[in-house]
This record gives sequence, structure tokens and C-alpha cells, in this order.
Amino acid sequence: MAQTVFAPWEEADQKPLIQFKNVTKRFGDFVAIDNLTQDIYAQEFFALLGPSGCGKTTMMRMLAGFETPTEGQILIAGHDMKGVPPNKRAVNMMFQSYALFPHLTVAENIAFGLKREGKPKPEIEDRVDEMLRLTRLEKFGKRKPHQISGGQRQRVALARSLAKAPKLLLLDEPLGALDKKLRQETQFELMDIQEKTGTTFVIVTHDQEEAMTVASRVAVMDEGQIIQVATPADIYERPNSVYVADFIGDVNIINGHATRAGDGYDIAYAEGTGKLHAKTTTDLGNEGKCALAIRPEKVSITAQKPAKVTNAVKGKIIDIAYLGNLSTYHVELKGGQMVKAQTANTRRLERRSFTWEDDVWLSWTDTAAIVLEG
Amino acid sequence: MRRFTWFNATSLTLGFVFLYLPMVILVIYSFNASKLVTVWAGFSTKWYGTLFQNEAFLDAAWVTVKVAVVSSTFAAVLGTMAAYVLVRGGRFMGRTLFSGMIYAPLVMPEVITGLSLLLLFIGIGFDRGMMTIILAHTTFSMCYVSVVVSSRLVSFDRSLEEAALDLGCSAFEAFRLVTLPIIAPAVISGWLLAFTLSLDDLVIASFTSGPSATTLPIKIYSAVRLGVSPEINALSTIMISIVTVGVISASLISKRAAVKQKRDEMAAERTAD
Ligand SMILES: Nc1ncnc2c1ncn2[C@@H]1O[C@H](COP(=O)(O)OP(=O)(O)OP(=O)(O)O)[C@@H](O)[C@H]1O
Ligand SMILES: [Mg+2]
Repeated sequence: MAQTVFAPWEEADQKPLIQFKNVTKRFGDFVAIDNLTQDIYAQEFFALLGPSGCGKTTMMRMLAGFETPTEGQILIAGHDMKGVPPNKRAVNMMFQSYALFPHLTVAENIAFGLKREGKPKPEIEDRVDEMLRLTRLEKFGKRKPHQISGGQRQRVALARSLAKAPKLLLLDEPLGALDKKLRQETQFELMDIQEKTGTTFVIVTHDQEEAMTVASRVAVMDEGQIIQVATPADIYERPNSVYVADFIGDVNIINGHATRAGDGYDIAYAEGTGKLHAKTTTDLGNEGKCALAIRPEKVSITAQKPAKVTNAVKGKIIDIAYLGNLSTYHVELKGGQMVKAQTANTRRLERRSFTWEDDVWLSWTDTAAIVLEG
Repeated sequence: MRRFTWFNATSLTLGFVFLYLPMVILVIYSFNASKLVTVWAGFSTKWYGTLFQNEAFLDAAWVTVKVAVVSSTFAAVLGTMAAYVLVRGGRFMGRTLFSGMIYAPLVMPEVITGLSLLLLFIGIGFDRGMMTIILAHTTFSMCYVSVVVSSRLVSFDRSLEEAALDLGCSAFEAFRLVTLPIIAPAVISGWLLAFTLSLDDLVIASFTSGPSATTLPIKIYSAVRLGVSPEINALSTIMISIVTVGVISASLISKRAAVKQKRDEMAAERTAD
């Protein structure tokens, strides 16, 4: 890790590279992007996450210049992009559908943008070779796109968009078709390229792990709006809504009624059970409905009631999901609430301490759970 | 599985006899030694010899080829442009009207097209000759080109053009470097269609031709009105063989391309990692 944390969005004197200002995009009556305002800074690795159809590709297409906002403004490096055609923007995009030119070979596809720039031939050839090496396609330079596999096509699309070394690179699900190992390697390559060239990346991904690995900030979207933007750690540890908590990673959501108590709230979640307590800075007033979000790995599972823990509840194991390195216990509390608890499998399978139908205690600290408006 | 049945065999035979018997008779009689078309008097190739001495026929043949090449090239260019605007232009004012008007000549009786062109040329004082035939043929065959090309453009992945723009092409460069090479087969088959349409057009050509230029179909038609001569049979046989060779080689070329593509794909699968 660098000595100084990279966080230009926290510095007041930093100028954003990309600015969305109250951008709305409608297709007919359908609102694809809904009054969206967002700054993205130079050298960021900005990840867009969200369910299918929430407007990720539309945002990219507006940046690249293929769609114009119905309302609002998009600025790149301080310039209003209105009326600037795609070929006049210092932006390259990798298409979700790859959009490889079928009549050109892999190498010619990669060279396409460089040729447009009128670079000398040897320079183009060197650059193409470099890109082929980077994406491990050396053997396939002379093939046509229909003669290579899906994952190879994806790498060609990536190489083609990287070749021009643009200031801003838009990647629409760049690694989805790759196997896990190749995907991780390519992620590190991307991060490496970013470090070397200072390119700003905006990347769409369906893979949370990927977003967590590569992103400087993650934006979680829903129905044309950005719900939360934060660093990967913050998105995971401090989601601002049930939607974000649920979208990123696995989470237990306990709905209940909160009353202010000390530096947090007491939460009643079912008839005839004790209250849970959570420290928080969230302000729900003196009392109100709330949702408690707890990550499964923050819930401990024990046979006896632990001594000095704020929250301890009794339940019965309904199901156990064995994931190799981890096990997830699905525990039913009194009143029917299900809670998942995750533990690392440090012991061998046959020496595991719990099994189906066991009565167990679940416990977590008062800072483990996040209080959200419910 | 296909089965051999008497019904299939009979209908196949009938169909082929119906299609090709007239032509076969024509070809046979072109080698007739007799001047009388209907009387067989032994094998001879002399009519081919006299044909190549007949200046009028050779002139007409040359005019026909020139007209066909030039008009189908114009038609290919204009038809492709029209198709591009219709498919890509989005919703502009009068789009439906425009597309209707492009396709109208397809269903318009040729006599009417020919007559209206004739009136136009007379009206603007354009001397009828090769140029007027070229213009007339371009007019009616560009619709066919635009039908063929627009059906290809509809299935064309738009994001390819966007990718080209994204990589720094202007709109025209994107068309020239990406769209055109990919739709080229459709443009070429449109060109071939226009070429054959022009080659055998009689009606429109007879309205728009002048004393200075006559096409082969007109020449044959007027010659036949004075009686079928074995020379005409010979000429027709030559045309049939040219067309046959063309069709067979075109299908061989496309078949070979398909086989090659298949072989490449299989090679790709073997070495893919
Ligand atoms: N040209 C268009 N005309 C009409 N609706 C469109 C158009 N393009 C996108 N949409 C709609 O806008 C919404 C957002 O589309 P978009 O492609 O941005 O989704 P996405 O977030 O990229 O989804 P995915 O993860 O599936 O790629 C979708 O509901 C889609 O149907
Ligand atoms: Mg998308």
C-alpha cells in the first residue's frame, strides 16, 4: 500500500475528471438514468455495480458519446461533452458485446484504433505485439474473431480498447467470460496498467469480488440511481441502506423496532424475546422502525451462552452449508427469524462441533451490527 | 430422412422438363445445319460463324454489356445509400413515405416506368441513346439493390459501427472501413441482380433507347418478328452458357468460402486453450 491513501474525492481542491450533473436519460417514457449526479476523479478505478437493467451500460454509453442525456450535463476534464462525437472524445470503451470487427484478424482489430491515429507502422506493430502478449493471445493474432473462443474474444476486445492507452477507459463487464484464474490475473494486469499509465477506469461488473479487488470506489446502482458510493471496505462495512447491504455480500437482516438507549439503540425484533443492542451514529429519532444488518462472519456460534457479549440469542441449526474453507450455519431463532453464522473450518469435517437440530447460541458485539432505516 | 417415392420422382421430372425442355430444344437447334428452324438437317456450327460476322448483333451485345455494367454500378451505389438511410436514419420526417417510394418501382408495371421515363426524357430534351437506357436501368434496379442491402443491414450489429467511432473513425470512415466490408456480399449480390435485370430488360429499354443505341434483347425481339433464324438460336445458346458458367462459378466460390471457414473454425477449436 502507498504511504498516502488515494482518496481524491475527500480533497476539496481536487478537480473531478468526470462530472455527471443532474443527468436524466429517458428512452421514450422509460427512465433509464434518473437525475444522477456523480464525480469521478482522475486515476480512479470506479466500479459500477447493480442488477441487470439498472442503467450501467447507459451511463457508459453517455460517457463514450453514443447516447445524449435527455436532461443534465456531462463534463469530462471540465468540458461539457454535449455535441462532442465519440471519435472526438479521449475515451475508449470496451463493449459488453465485444463488437469485434468480423472481417479483420485479431491483430488488425487491435491495430484498428492505432491506424486511425496515423502512427508509423513499426510502432503499431510493436504495440499490437505488446497487447497480444498482455492478453496472452500471441498465438491467435492471425485468426479471425469467429475462429477463437468466447474468452479469447473478450480478451481481444480488452486489448483493442487498451491499445490506444486512452486517458479514460470504460470497461463494460470486461472479464465475465474468463475463468477464475485468468480473471484474477487480468485484474492484476489492469491494476498494473492503471498504476503505470495513470488511466482512469470506469468498470461495470457483476462480480462483487472483482469490484472489491480492483476498485478505488464502488457505486451501487438501482433503477437508474446511484444508491451509495464508497470505498470497497466502506460499502461492505457501512452500507447506507438495506438494499446496499443485501446487494454486497451475504447479510442477515433483522427487522424490528428501535428505541434510543445510550450511544445506540435497543431493538425489539420478536414477541417474547430479549432486545438486541447496537451502537450507531445513525439517527432514527427516539424510536422507530429499523433494520439491523449483520454479516454472517461477525456472528459467533457457541454451544453455551457466552459470558461477556452484548447480544446473545438462542436458536436451532436448520441447515449447514459446507463451502470448503468456510461453513455457514442457518439458525432459526425463537419467533422464526433466520440468522446465518459463518465460521472458518479450521478443524477437519468429522470433528466439527455442531450438527443439524443442535441448540446453539449466536452472539455478536454491539458494533457488529449496522442500524439502518427499515 | 428423405425417401424416394414415385410422387417425388414424378414431380421432380415434370418440373425440370417444364423448366428446361424449351432451352434444350433451342440449344439443339442452334447446331442445325438447315436454315429452316423446325427441320433437322444434321449437325453444324456454321450459325455461330455467321453470328460473329453480324455487326449489328455484335454492336447491340456490346451496348448491352456497357449499359448493364454502368447501370448496375450506379444502382449498387445509390441503392446501398438509400438502404443505409432507411435502416440507420432513425425516425426522420417522412421516413415511411420515403421507404414506400423507394419500393414502389418494384411493383410498378414496367410499361408505366418506361413510358414515364420516355416522357421525362422528351420533356427535358434529352437525346435518347445509351445514356438514357443507363439512367432508366439505374432507376428501376436500384430498388432491388436497396431491398437486398437493407435486409443485410437490419441484421448488422450496430455496435460495430460504434466501436469504429470509438476508436477514432469519422462516420464516413466507419462506414468505409467497417460497415461496407461486412455488407459487401449483399452489395455484390445486389449488383449481380441489377446486372441481370439490365441484361434481359426489353420493355424499359425499348421505351428509352434511341436510333443510336440498341440493346441485344431489342435486337433479338425485332429479329424474331421477321422469323426465328438459327443465328438467334446460336446467340441464345451463347447467352445461356455464359449465365450457366457464371452461376456455377459463383456457387462454387461461396461453397469454397464456407468450407474454408469451417476448416478454420475446426482448427481454432483444436488449438484453443
Ligand atoms: N436504446 C434503448 N431503448 C430503450 N430502452 C433502452 C435502450 N437502451 C437501454 N434501455 C433500457 O434502459 C435500461 C438500462 O439499460 P442498461 O443497458 O444500461 O442496463 P445495464 O445496467 O447495463 O444491464 P446489464 O447488467 O444487463 O448489462 C434497461 O431497462 C433497458 O431496457
Ligand atoms: Mg449492460
